[in-house]
This record gives sequence, structure tokens and C-alpha cells, in this order.
Amino acid sequence: MTDGPQAVVIEAPLVKPKVGRENWVMRAGLAVIGVYLLVAVVFPLYTILSKSFQDSRGLFVGLDNYAEYFATPALFYSINNSLTVSVISMVITVGLAFGYAYGLTRSCIPGKGVFKAIALIPILAPSLLPAISLRYLFGAQGMIKGLLMGETIYGPIGIVIGEVFWTFPHALLIIFTALSLSDARLYEAAEALGASKLRTFFTVTLPGAKYGLISACFVVFTLVITDFGVPKVIGGGYNVLAVDIYKQVVGQRNFQMGAVVGLVLLAPALLAFVADRMIQGKQVALLSARAVPYEPKPDRRFDLAMLAFCGTVAFVIIGILAVAQFAALVKFWPYNLSLVLDSYQFDLMDGGSWGAFWNSLKMAAWTAVIGTAVIFTGAYLVEKSKGFEHGRGLIQLMCMIPLAVPGIVLGLAYIFFFNAVGNPLGFIYHTLIILVLCTITHFYTVSHLTAATALKQMDAEFEAVSSSLKVPFYKTFVRVTVPVCIPAILDISIYLFVNAMTTVSAVIFLYSADTQLASVAVLNMDDAGDTAPAAAMGMMIVYTSATVRLLHFLLTRGIARRTQAWRKR
Amino acid sequence: MRTNLLKRLTAALAMGVFALGIGGGVAVAKTDLLVYTSIEADELAKFKNAFEKDYPDINIKWVRDSTGIMGAKLLAEKDNPRADIVYGMAATVLLQLIPYNYFQAYAPKGVEKLNPLYVDPKNNPPLWVGQRAYVAAVCYNTIEGKKANLPIPKTWKDLTKPVYKGHVIMPNPGSSGTAYLDVSSWIQMWGEEGAFKFMDALHKNISRYTHSGSKPCKLAAAGEIPIGVSFAYRVVKSKAAGAPLVLITPEEGLGWEVEAMAIVRNTKNLAAARALADWTISRKSMELHAPGYAEVALPGIPNPVKDFPDVGGKMIKNDFAWAGANKARIVKKWTARYDAKSEPRKKK
Repeated sequence: MTDGPQAVVIEAPLVKPKVGRENWVMRAGLAVIGVYLLVAVVFPLYTILSKSFQDSRGLFVGLDNYAEYFATPALFYSINNSLTVSVISMVITVGLAFGYAYGLTRSCIPGKGVFKAIALIPILAPSLLPAISLRYLFGAQGMIKGLLMGETIYGPIGIVIGEVFWTFPHALLIIFTALSLSDARLYEAAEALGASKLRTFFTVTLPGAKYGLISACFVVFTLVITDFGVPKVIGGGYNVLAVDIYKQVVGQRNFQMGAVVGLVLLAPALLAFVADRMIQGKQVALLSARAVPYEPKPDRRFDLAMLAFCGTVAFVIIGILAVAQFAALVKFWPYNLSLVLDSYQFDLMDGGSWGAFWNSLKMAAWTAVIGTAVIFTGAYLVEKSKGFEHGRGLIQLMCMIPLAVPGIVLGLAYIFFFNAVGNPLGFIYHTLIILVLCTITHFYTVSHLTAATALKQMDAEFEAVSSSLKVPFYKTFVRVTVPVCIPAILDISIYLFVNAMTTVSAVIFLYSADTQLASVAVLNMDDAGDTAPAAAMGMMIVYTSATVRLLHFLLTRGIARRTQAWRKR
Repeated sequence: MRTNLLKRLTAALAMGVFALGIGGGVAVAKTDLLVYTSIEADELAKFKNAFEKDYPDINIKWVRDSTGIMGAKLLAEKDNPRADIVYGMAATVLLQLIPYNYFQAYAPKGVEKLNPLYVDPKNNPPLWVGQRAYVAAVCYNTIEGKKANLPIPKTWKDLTKPVYKGHVIMPNPGSSGTAYLDVSSWIQMWGEEGAFKFMDALHKNISRYTHSGSKPCKLAAAGEIPIGVSFAYRVVKSKAAGAPLVLITPEEGLGWEVEAMAIVRNTKNLAAARALADWTISRKSMELHAPGYAEVALPGIPNPVKDFPDVGGKMIKNDFAWAGANKARIVKKWTARYDAKSEPRKKK
């Protein structure tokens, strides 16, 4: 993406846009996005969360379920455990991602493109792959289990490693966007004033990246606290809230209690929203219209240190994937380590075939195209439109919710809502459309935050100037905003694509006979005891996503060059 | 009510068209039959091919997932069911759905020849018909067992001996139907007090509880743990793949579960659904059901798997209604005793 940042804080005068036709177009746009979010997020979630106030026959019982839930002693262990692993994972992930993004944006290390590509690998991988790798590395037969010094991987250690691996790209995406957009003039000023590197870091770099860092913290924290995939397979007896939902919903088919835990898990997202609103008030656009992109200067020692750091992180990421590839080729771990290609005959395998693989590709492509258009336009309207404060606030809240909703809850919510008798949208049930819709919703928040982070750093002056030149806002949107934000837009589309390739927890409830997905097949193959084919199909997903990413990069390089030329001096 | 009548009319019409198609030898478009199932994935092709050979006008479309996921999906769809027939599903799941008027009664051809334990005792014609049973079992990894000097356990109570401390994995009944099968069978054999006393002792030896019922023997097959508590089919399959496992069916008795089918109330493909039900309990299909399973619904069909232990005599008199009605209470008690202390155990 961009190698140079730009930034500077000069308050742009707020010009009140022309009221009239243009304003109505904007409001209509906001209304459309609002209705979309109501249908895709709020209504479905209402159908399931309202069950937390009902008994199994659907009768209203007030807070009885909550009373029962909070009277369970195991709950406090779950809350405590959830907070523990979430905070630890958050600190480690955001720390690593910041260091990595810092290396990519502020140093002159070679191979930045490669490093960035490697960092995004974990989201290319279905979550089962790191789980298999961790078992092969640290399990009872593990290759390097000595590193744990007698501790078991099946517990908080395994959860934290798995979550850090999985959430690292999410955090990197946001922090990288924040660090990329900064203004060289600030650094020049700092240097001219004789500020030390350290001082510049704390007074220029950190404040500039503040919004991105805080977003990344909330995203990682919320992703970890709502994830049940990693704790379920590697967590052993270490109970967390998201696994409690799994037990209630899948283990005991008790939707009422599942809904109670689901509502409890919404709390962090609401907090994130409130905090976001508070910080947003103080955030100023960093990319003023007069900004000059920052370009790092070579500094041998600093560059070597950053190279070592990024190299280590990249090595661990690749190492975990390499073990998964090894798992796909081993004949029978750990008793017959000869390498064979049998696992790639998917059509002979249980639970999956090449058909599922093509379905996944189709689903991911639609998710990327439609999702990017909806999410970026939505973020633009929320960030850049004027007036209509409450409506915009509400829409932003709706954009934050999906992050806090565990996949199981989302999947069931979509059944309840779209399969309801008399729902005019019922025809999309059991089709690819519902899978696309559900997946966009599932990954809405991070994409929205990425778009918002990029947009926030664009000075309102752009709109002000176009407005004073009597250019309608949608022309500014198409001609200025979209081109300037092309890197973020491309990142969002690829983020949606790769997540759609690997997502399981929500779509597992929604696929039908003609819409089986490769990611679900991976899970089912492992479920049938076929670890090697599961790893093989999992790695197929990784390679596909990686190839698509590469093609995407090559095809869009031209666009990026044309639209991003302004970033170079 | 009116929609109900309408649905019945449509169904009757569909049946008529179907019958005409057969009778007149007219080529009709294939009927797509949407089948929800939790049958092990590797068996799906076997059943589909055999059935479609006998009924070339019907095309089976599977939606398969684990019992937990399919059970949740079925329950979530209860107001507007989508499947035509639910197939190879744990009977306890079907029992939970029956109160919502989920299924329609049908007596498949030849149902009178089945072992009566496999046919819905409450309704005639039956709402559900069993296909086969799977039993709880213990698996023992000979290589890891030898390394740790563990004797092969023969009974459930053996598993509580101190020598097995930290060497046993079983599923968590809060997440896994298989685990509840074990727990409810122990209670039915020894009474609630005796069973919980046994589980207190067993808990001391458990390395950890898994969320999936098939996981313990998969972990044993991969050498992660010497002993797993799971069900027999998994062990048979892992052994065939090359795992050094021994299948143990403890002497005191075995919990078991019926895999059953039931036709959904609002199916638009009633004739095809009934055809599948008829075919399923035919002798030919029952033979396909047998490998690796404790018993099939039609008496007199042996298990073709070599050295599959004869478990018929060990299967307890399982009271499914009792097990279903008491599940919430027992799981809660189990969770409070063994799941609340969620601090990870240190390795011994």
C-alpha cells in the first residue's frame, strides 16, 4: 500500500454545505444504509436476543433466565477467564502489530511488500489450521513441546497463542492504515526543533496513530472475547463465555440461555462504541489538504533492528503454516510419518469436495464486491455527511454491533429472522445470498473501522472546497475520496474475501445441500477423524486466498499507482 | 389450518403425479429430497448411491453436520421447517422436536419386522423409526499405554484406579450428546448417587473434558492421550486408518443411542420421503447400516467388521424419555461439580 504518510493538523474551516437537493441525496443514502443495517443486523439479532426474556415455549419470563445464569458459580470463572485471555491477547497482539506496522512504515527495511503479505496470512487460514499446528508442535507428541516447560498447551497458553495468531492481521490492518497517513512536515518540524527520536515518537507518531491503536485494541479484545473456535479446540477445560454459548446452544439446544450469554457479550462492544464516540470528538484530520507524505530515511541500526523484529514475527507465522502443510502430507501422525499426497483427493473424502471449494470462491467474491461497496459508502456517509447527528450516531452504533456478536448467535439469528413465516425476504434462505449477507455482516465492523480510519484522516477541507466550488458531494466522493482511499478500499475487499473463504461459525447454520462451503468441509473432515485431508483442504484455502491476493495486487497496482502518485514527493 | 390443508393437498397432488409418473412409465423430472442428517460423512455416498439406484427418480440432497449443529438448526427452524426428512439423527434430538409438531406419522413398509426398541412406542403409526444403535466405548492406545505402563481397562470402574491418573479424556456432557449418553447410562445402572460417586473418582483421573464426543478417541488415535471415552464407530474407523487402538466395551454395561429418521410435517415431497423411509428398513439397506455399529433395527444382521465385540448383551435398558426429561438437571449438576473449577490442571 502506501509507503509514505502525510499529515498535519490545521483546522479546516467547517463550511456548512448547501442545503437542498444534495442534502436530500445524502440523507437518502444514510437512510438506505440504515435500512440495510436494520435488516442485516438489528432485526435478526432481536429475534434471538429477545429469547433471553422467554422460556422454551416462548412465553415472557422477564429476567428469570438472567437470574438463573448469574446464580451459576461457573459463570464467574468464565467471565474472569474470558477477560484474562482477552486482555493478554490484546496487549500482545496490538504490541506486535504496532511494532510490525512501525517497521513497515517508518523504517527502510527491504521487502516491505513481502512482509505485509506474510502478516496477513493468518486470516487466509481457517482457524482449524493453527489448532492442528499447535497440537503438532506442543501437544503430547509435539515436536517442540519442551518449550512449554511442562505446561500444557490445552488451556490459556494455547488460547492466547491461537488468538494472537488469528487477530494479528486484524490489528495490523487498522494500525498500518493509521500509521500510513501521516504528514512529513510534522517530522521535519520535530527534527528542526531538535526533538530526539524518542520524543518525536511520543509526540508525533503515537498521537497520530492514537485512533487506529485504540480501534485495534477494541477490535482484538472483542474478537477474542467472542471467539469460540480457538478455545473450543485448544482450550481444554478453560471455560470462557463464548464456549458457554456453544455449550448452551449446540450442546444443550437451550437458545434462551445462549441468548443471555450473547447479550452479556454485547457489553464490550457498547463500551467500545461509547469510547469511540468520546475519542472521535478529539480526533482531528491528519491528512490535511496541504499534507506532505512522510518518507522514512535510511538508518542502519534502526533498520536492522526493525528487520530482525519483523523477520521474527514473519518466521513464526510461516512456521505455523508450514507445520499445517506438513500435517496435510503425513500419512498417519505420529505413527507413520511418511509423506503422501492421498489427502488431496477431496472427491473421495468425507464431508467435502471440489464443489464446496467452488461455492466458497463464489461466495467470497460476492462478499468482497458487495461488501466493500456497502461498507465504504456507509462509512463515508457516516463520517462526512453533515447534520442528522442522531441518525448518524445510530448507524455507527449498528456498525459496531456485529463485532460483538459470536458467529453462532449470528447464524441462529439469521435462521430465526429469514426463515420466519411471512418474511418477504424468506426466499434468500438456503441460497448463496444469505451466506453472502451473513458474511458481510459478520465482518462488517473491522471493515467499517478501516474505512473510517482512512476517512477520518482526510481533511474536511476537501468537502468544503468542493462544496464551495458547487461540486455535489457525490462527485467529490467518486473523484477525490474514493481514489485517495483506494489502498484502504482494496484492503477492505481482500479482507472480506479471505474471511469469507475461512468463516465457519455463522454460516455452518445456513448452508444447504447446494451451498456447501470449503471452510465447513474442513471442519467436518477433521470431525470425521481425517486430520490430514482437513489440513490439505485448509491449505488449499490458504493458497487460493494468497493467489487471489497476489492477482488482486498485480491487477490493482496500476490503479494504485495512478491514484496514489500524490503520496510521493 | 388452512395452509395445513393446502400443504396436504399439494402433497397429495405431488404423490399423485409421482404415482402417475411411475405407472405410465413417463419420464418425470427428478424429485430433489432435502435430507438433514448427522450420519458420519463418509457413509453418505454409500447410502445415496444405493438408494438412487433403486429409486432413480429421486435425488437425495444431504445437509450434514454434527448432531449438535443439526439439532440446533432443526430447532431454530421449527416454525417453518425446511427439510423433507430428518435421517440418521440421534433419537433424543427427535424427541426434543416432537412437542413442536415437527413430524408426521408414517409406518414404513416392513416396520413390523423391526426390533420394537427401534420404533416410536408412543404413536401408531410411529412418528420416528430407528435405523441403528451406537454404543459408548473406551479406546486404548497400545503404544502410549505401554509407554506409561497402563494395563488395559476392562470395566468402567477400572478407569477410576489411581494408575490412570491424567491418562483419560472424556467429552463434556454440557457440549456433547455422546458424553450425556455415558453419564445417563451410569446413572441408570448405578443410581444417581452411585454414578456421581463413580464420576467423582473418575474426575480425578481425567486429563481434560472435550467439547466433541468423537474427539477423545481421535486424540487417542493421535497419541495425545492413552485412553479416550467415546463411541465404537470412531474406534473402528481410526483403527482402519492405522491407529494403534484397542476397542473396549466395559463389562458393567453400555449406554447407547438410536439413530432414527422422521418425516417432516410440511414436506412437499412426501412420496419421496416415504420411499426413503421404506427403503431404509429394507434388508439390503440395513446391511449397509451395519458396519461398525452395535446393532441395526432389523434383527439378524451381523456386524461385518472383524473383531467387533459382541455388545448386544451389554446394552443397558435405556430409558430415553427419562434421559431426555432429566438432561437439564443432570447436566447442571455435572457442570457444578466438574466444570466449575475451570483453572487448567497442571501436568502431573
